[in-house]
Amino acid sequence: MPEYRHLDVSEVGDVTVVRFRDQKIIDDLNIQELGQELFRLVEGDGRTKLLLNFAAVDFLSSSALGKLITLDKKVKAADGALKLCHIRPEIYEVFAITKLNRLFEIKDDEADALAAY
Amino acid sequence: MSQPPWLWHRDFVIPSHTELGGAVIHQVLAELQRRQWSERDCFGIHLALDEALINAIKHGNGMDGSKSVYVGCWLSSDRLRVEVRDEGLGFDPAAVPDPTADDRLDIPNGRGIMLMRKFMSRVDFSPCGNCVVMEKCRNGC
Repeated sequence: MPEYRHLDVSEVGDVTVVRFRDQKIIDDLNIQELGQELFRLVEGDGRTKLLLNFAAVDFLSSSALGKLITLDKKVKAADGALKLCHIRPEIYEVFAITKLNRLFEIKDDEADALAAY
Repeated sequence: MSQPPWLWHRDFVIPSHTELGGAVIHQVLAELQRRQWSERDCFGIHLALDEALINAIKHGNGMDGSKSVYVGCWLSSDRLRVEVRDEGLGFDPAAVPDPTADDRLDIPNGRGIMLMRKFMSRVDFSPCGNCVVMEKCRNGC
């Protein structure tokens, strides 16, 4: 299994659960690296059912949102499903303001999200 | 808006490298936390200041290391004022499309200005667009 600098990756059934290691997803270089690691899950490893767990994340910038949108496109192109969970209220507000809560399926926790696949 | 008595003021000049904006944000947040501004206010200021600095460095100065970004921060007991100016040609903020439109929802960029406006109490751009002044009232006062 490849090493990831920004992600902890595990399997629950046929769903790949991805937990972010960074508390703040902010620095431009880190966001580029994070994006590459996320895209590799789909394009390199062929994983198409992804669950992103934001429990450790207390801040993210709009550049990070851009990476999530690109990831969503890649997952959809592979006929897969991307879900998000454990998003703290301030960050959820960012999703709501930008209406990205309509683009992404966001669940309260991992159990809720896994049950929805 | 009349100016309150400022309790803290810092000016920063940073070269156009995105990683250098973090030091400015760190100092501003440290001062806000020292004065016990709420976590919610600090989150919004962090987000807006990060977006303003990225806009200035990337879009304003085009990541040109020979150009600088000028940041002024003023803090009173209940208001933060931040001015961010770049050396670029500027832009027309009114011409930036609505990122929440149905046909733009899946476009990866273009949300920064909207987030600045939502999380700050006031956001004004200079006529040519290369300077933004943002203010945040404490606890949304």
